[in-house]
Amino acid sequence: MELQILWFVLIAVLWAGYLVLEGFDFGVGMLLPVLGRTDTERRVLINTIGPVWDGNEVWLITAGGATFAAFPEWYASLFSGFYLPLLLILLALIVRGVSFEYRGKIDDPRWAAWADRGIIVGSWVPAILWGVAFANLVRGVELDADHIFTGGFFSLLSPFALLGGLVTLGLFLTHGAVFLALKTDGDVRVRARALALKLSIGSAAVAAVWAIWAQLAYSVAWTWAAVVVAAVALGVVVLRTSQGKELRAFVASVAAILAAVVLIFGSMYPDVMPAVDPANSLTITNASSTAYTLTVMTWVAAFLVPVVLVYQTWTFWVFRRRLSVEDIPAPHGLSLRKVRTALHDAFEVGSTKS
Amino acid sequence: MDVLDLARWQFAIVTVYHFIFVPLTIGLAPLVAIMQTAWVRTGNERWLRLTKFFGKLMLINFAIGVVTGIVQEFQFGMNWSEYSRFVGDVFGAPLAMEALAAFFIESTFLGVWIFGWDRISKKVHLACIWAVAIAVNISAYFILAANSWMQHPVGTIYNEETGRAELVDIWAVLSNSTLLAAFPHTVTAAFVTAGTFVAGIAAWWMVRLVRSKKPENIELARNVYRPAVVLGTVTMLVAGVGVAFTGHWQAQLMFEQQPPKMAAAEALCETETGASFSILTVGDLTGDCASVKHLISLPGLTSFLADNRFDSTVKGTEQLQEEYAEKFGATNPETGEELDYIPNLAITYWSFRLMIGFGAGSAALALVALWLTRRGKVSDNVWFSRLALIAIPTPFLASAFGWIFTEVGRQPWVVAPNPNPSGVDGVWMMTWRGISTNVSPAMVLTSMIAFTLLYGVLAVVWGKLMHRYAIEGVPTSVRDESPEANADGGDAPLSFAY
Ligand code: HDD
Ligand code: HEM
Ligand code: HEM
Repeated sequence: MELQILWFVLIAVLWAGYLVLEGFDFGVGMLLPVLGRTDTERRVLINTIGPVWDGNEVWLITAGGATFAAFPEWYASLFSGFYLPLLLILLALIVRGVSFEYRGKIDDPRWAAWADRGIIVGSWVPAILWGVAFANLVRGVELDADHIFTGGFFSLLSPFALLGGLVTLGLFLTHGAVFLALKTDGDVRVRARALALKLSIGSAAVAAVWAIWAQLAYSVAWTWAAVVVAAVALGVVVLRTSQGKELRAFVASVAAILAAVVLIFGSMYPDVMPAVDPANSLTITNASSTAYTLTVMTWVAAFLVPVVLVYQTWTFWVFRRRLSVEDIPAPHGLSLRKVRTALHDAFEVGSTKS
Repeated sequence: MDVLDLARWQFAIVTVYHFIFVPLTIGLAPLVAIMQTAWVRTGNERWLRLTKFFGKLMLINFAIGVVTGIVQEFQFGMNWSEYSRFVGDVFGAPLAMEALAAFFIESTFLGVWIFGWDRISKKVHLACIWAVAIAVNISAYFILAANSWMQHPVGTIYNEETGRAELVDIWAVLSNSTLLAAFPHTVTAAFVTAGTFVAGIAAWWMVRLVRSKKPENIELARNVYRPAVVLGTVTMLVAGVGVAFTGHWQAQLMFEQQPPKMAAAEALCETETGASFSILTVGDLTGDCASVKHLISLPGLTSFLADNRFDSTVKGTEQLQEEYAEKFGATNPETGEELDYIPNLAITYWSFRLMIGFGAGSAALALVALWLTRRGKVSDNVWFSRLALIAIPTPFLASAFGWIFTEVGRQPWVVAPNPNPSGVDGVWMMTWRGISTNVSPAMVLTSMIAFTLLYGVLAVVWGKLMHRYAIEGVPTSVRDESPEANADGGDAPLSFAY
């Protein structure tokens, strides 16, 4: 039983890591057209997360793998049940990832414009859908006695769930804007700060409505604490942003997302996938692996998670410098049309003169 | 088509696709690390130019490997949820270990490597690419542990009450004999792939440059591309020998662990002593044994492959079908249909031969390259440059057919039963039982079409970029960007940005 609680908490931690880290990646991607007015400005935005976005995404892969290992029934019911939203998320993440990596490989405005679209769509879609998915877990879904999801796609789109999508959207937009204010300099920073202020007020309002709804309809008493923390944190984001204290604003924004995760997982516990008919709910006991597997995985996680935290923190340190348009070098991509002269020399001299 | 067929097609498409990029990453990351090590140790600029050149190609490839990997992890739950319920206790562990022990290292240190040329010292930067090179191989180990367990379940018991497989010994899973053979086979195949890639591109450039007859071009060919040809060729040869040995080892295990796969690989209907290895077989290979005719055969070779003896007995499909039907039931308890325990003969037979056959493409290139670059020579032979280009795709195809053989040959099982005496008992699952019961054909079809279209577009983009960067050649000038060599205190514009 203790191990199952431990793994429930650990999976919450992995999701928290994912949502905090990729949250600002999504925010940066969504704000690309808003805060990046020129190509160079957009490159400033992209390069604030360039070195780290892939490492951030691995938190998702790990959360998925850990769920499979520790709670196979949860993994099976959740992934087959939320089929279409997950499909859309996967497609979006694919498009977004290659757009980041390939945007600069070719130096051509049309190429960059396509990559920008990929980044923008690839960030908006998951930013909303993760919220929809988690709100459904808070609300409870239709499961049969074998814990198999029987609701259709549209059962996932209740008003509560859709509002949950707006909550993550708002939180990630705010998080991204605050992150950009922290990581850039010059015009982009000024604009990011102004936008962060507006976004944090708006997202605090949406999050408050959803959180109170969740508390009254689906949650337990102690998670009111998380709601309070989130409210305070979002207030601090507003305050610190207006004072230009970006690091503190960012820490507060992290706290707001963490509080949301606590609210979500706290209201699910001891279920991992609450069912409309509570008798059919997947709980931490009936969804879990055997004690042996959990023990093995506990050792693995106890050794590796701290190590991961150390080296990921180190990378944020290596790339701590603020970026501005002056820091961005000339595009390094190749021209689509013109192949470098050395090759021409080799071709032409080889075929004509010899 | 029903959900089963669609889910199988989808799995085949996205996994074979993922495995186009995987072997190149697994082999190329260490080769780039070797090139960079040579630069750091000798200070010779040629190695920095090669590091930059092949490093870019590696990154273009890596990006697609990463994004297609996430699909792999999710689809076990999406399409194969009953399978996931059955095996999760065992199967999830290596997947989670892979993420924790490999994917984090890979993605984090690759980010530092790409952007860190001017941020961190030369040694630390070099350590980053080595971390990536090692981590991609670790990831191969863990994912193959999961796959090998499906081929040959160990360390597990069947729990009657829950109807699930339960892990009892993680070391058994991580030291599965199937894994200990499949891992070196897959990794050496990946090194063959990357060696062929490096040698092929460098050889093509070398010939081009030498043919231009310009002294500075010939100098470039000799100085920069020739060492890359040699590095690629040596890698190919060493790894190629490893592929053959480990393949033979796998065949021996297969003989013990999955006799129907062995029989299907040889389209062997009747049990034979001293079974030969046929190179060409006609007949419809759909299970009608009477029509199978082996035209060209090497006597005793299948027996040798299976058991190291030319005269051992290899069971044929007819006998195996009877044995399996007796043990596991003749009919499907739900539909009453007769169960076929023999994998698709045509696919198994031909994919096995195509795997080995395409391996010959690399071998040919390696031998020619070795001859033409002997004793410091550079070559201007057009045929050599054509061979180099043709050889590049062959190991990719060989790997794809290797997997098609392994996976189709496992059918109709998704977790194959373990007939050898030391094997665990009672842990198996037929593929048709593994699919998600609440997913409709329309949903699987939607996702299959969506992935196939998106993957098609990505393949075109990937191909274009690889081609464009390959014909650009090594950079004309490189400089030491490390902080040691540039005393500007790190305020200069970034040396690299997306
Ligand atoms: C033998 C090697 C091998 C095999 C059989 C597979 N993969 Fe793979 N995978 C890799 C070797 C690899 C790699 C070399 O580590 C990759 C490829 C390129 C890369 O970036 O990492 C990778 C990437 C990769 C990623 C993204 C990692 C990241 O973001 O860094 C995931 C989630 C998976 N894979 C998951 C899977 C699953 C669930 C598979 C089984 C069906 C699978 N892979 C087959
Ligand atoms: C990357 C290399 C791999 C390739 C190219 C590959 C290829 C295939 C192919 C072609 C099939 C379809 C077989 C059929 O339906 O007849 C298949 C099925 C399957 N494979 Fe693999 N496979 C690979 C690795 C893996 C790994 C590492 C795992 C497990 C971790 C795995 C698990 C499965 C499962 C669950 C199925 C579905 C059931 C089935 O149809 O057999 N595969 N694979
Ligand atoms: C002497 C030649 C070879 C032999 C005897 C051989 C043997 C085998 C056997 C028996 C298997 C099936 C293992 C199983 O299902 O349990 C296999 C799988 C495979 N082969 Fe080969 N092989 C050879 C050459 C190659 C080459 C040249 C490549 C690629 C460059 C390659 C790549 C693969 C891959 C990727 C797999 C699937 C993964 C695995 O099961 O290890 N093989 N090989």
